[in-house]
Amino acid sequence: MALATKPLAGVRADFPVLEREINGHPLVYLDSAATAQKPRQVIETMERFYSHSYGTVHRGVYELGREATEQFEGARERIAAFVGWEPACSIFTRNATEAINLVAFAWGRHNLGPGDEVLITEMEHHSNIVPWQLVCEDTGATLRYLSVGASGELSLDELDAVLAEGHVKLVAVAHVSNVLGTINPVGEIARRARAAGAVTLVDGAQAVPQMPVDLSAIDADFYAWTGHKALGPATGLLHGRRELLAEMRPFLSGGHMISRVERERSSWNELPWKFEAGTNAIAEAIGLGAAIDYLTQIGMEQVREHERELTAYALERLPGIDGITLYGPADLDRRGGVVPFTIEGMHPHDIAELCDREAVCVRAGHHCAQPLMRCLGVGATARASFHVYNVREDVDRLVHALGSAREVFEL
Amino acid sequence: MDALYRDYILDHYKNPRNFGELQPHDLEFHDHNPLCGDELGVHIVVGDGKVAELRFHGHGCAISQAAASISSDELIGMPVEDVGKLDADWVIDQLGIEISPTRRKCALLSLKVMRGATTGDASWPE
Repeated sequence: MALATKPLAGVRADFPVLEREINGHPLVYLDSAATAQKPRQVIETMERFYSHSYGTVHRGVYELGREATEQFEGARERIAAFVGWEPACSIFTRNATEAINLVAFAWGRHNLGPGDEVLITEMEHHSNIVPWQLVCEDTGATLRYLSVGASGELSLDELDAVLAEGHVKLVAVAHVSNVLGTINPVGEIARRARAAGAVTLVDGAQAVPQMPVDLSAIDADFYAWTGHKALGPATGLLHGRRELLAEMRPFLSGGHMISRVERERSSWNELPWKFEAGTNAIAEAIGLGAAIDYLTQIGMEQVREHERELTAYALERLPGIDGITLYGPADLDRRGGVVPFTIEGMHPHDIAELCDREAVCVRAGHHCAQPLMRCLGVGATARASFHVYNVREDVDRLVHALGSAREVFEL
Repeated sequence: MDALYRDYILDHYKNPRNFGELQPHDLEFHDHNPLCGDELGVHIVVGDGKVAELRFHGHGCAISQAAASISSDELIGMPVEDVGKLDADWVIDQLGIEISPTRRKCALLSLKVMRGATTGDASWPE
């Protein structure tokens, strides 16, 4: 579908929530790495579907069923094209966490055993740690971590050294760190892992929403992400290599994922439906299709450039605050739109609470990355993150709110 | 003055009372707030069935640290068996500020570890 390019300057008007005032101040939303706000185009698409075409998919022979199926599978095709992967190997899940769990259950529990190693990194989100801890407990495999260096980056030399030992069966790594913003060289990691006989899973939850992602170039075996950080509703995606998906057992089972059910056993539906048990989150998938259309109109190169400019501006302004420590790679070519920080004498929870007094939404806590927090030597950080609707003035408002917070704490 | 970060809250946060470690001690407990990863531990010396001395240790936000500091003076001298009967309202009253649902666990963490040390009950106070 040919879409006209949408200028970034006008996008704020597309996000109804930005019209809100909180505590007498216009909203400044700086927590898109947790979840992104939704444009009118997504909200209206879902409302139109529910008001006009709602029905279940792949079942009804009536008009509503046909329309729902067409819109649902149409969304899958556009979403798959958006990231450069086959629709039949692009599975809708509840979220990125469920996509990773799908691989942990349907691949991990049948392909790992004592003596095998699962290699993850110290910068993973809990969603790419805990499923592997459980798989290792169940199979007798060993969980290992690649370290995060002082620059906030992984070392490919360390990867090579671990792979050379010959025990790694799976490498699971974030494309972009949700805390540090580090953009990992996942194509290179997948290539080296494959050469060593290991399968790769990439957690792309922070990557797909903010930069161009071409899965055919990265060529990982599995790639998981979620729609709600990409301006869409909460529905996830797992993209997988066809040969692996074809031989894997189902994850969740029940209706829709079967070909034929006998009294004692069953056979499975074709890909991707083999992995989509039960009724799908139909409107959410269609809503994500609208979000992808919206991002495509802007252009992901332009989204990336916008995030880069805002990150650069934040990294220029924030050091002016006394007592602040910033984390993450200094090289903006290897860093996404997220800025974690701490302020001496003020806990991140208190920073976030006081920013909220001026309607500035920042995240505080461990960001579901407790092992990384320990590497950084902190219990928690505050974090500002950006999307297309943010502007430089939002960074100015953050700087002002942090100044006010320091005054309350008499720092 | 700020409604949440009152002078005395900030004073207890910056200069917490009864913080550190007690060696030797009779009772101890350590726990964390799963939402933010904040950690708090307590060491207690018991004498005549009462909390004779206590020290909190760990790291956390102004609310969790002030709650521990403010309540520590009330807890010293209290019969050990009475500590287990204290509820969430008790510690929130001690703080003397309104606590929103998002900060409730911050306020309750110190009482949680006190109850854990004295009764073994590791549940969140209600």
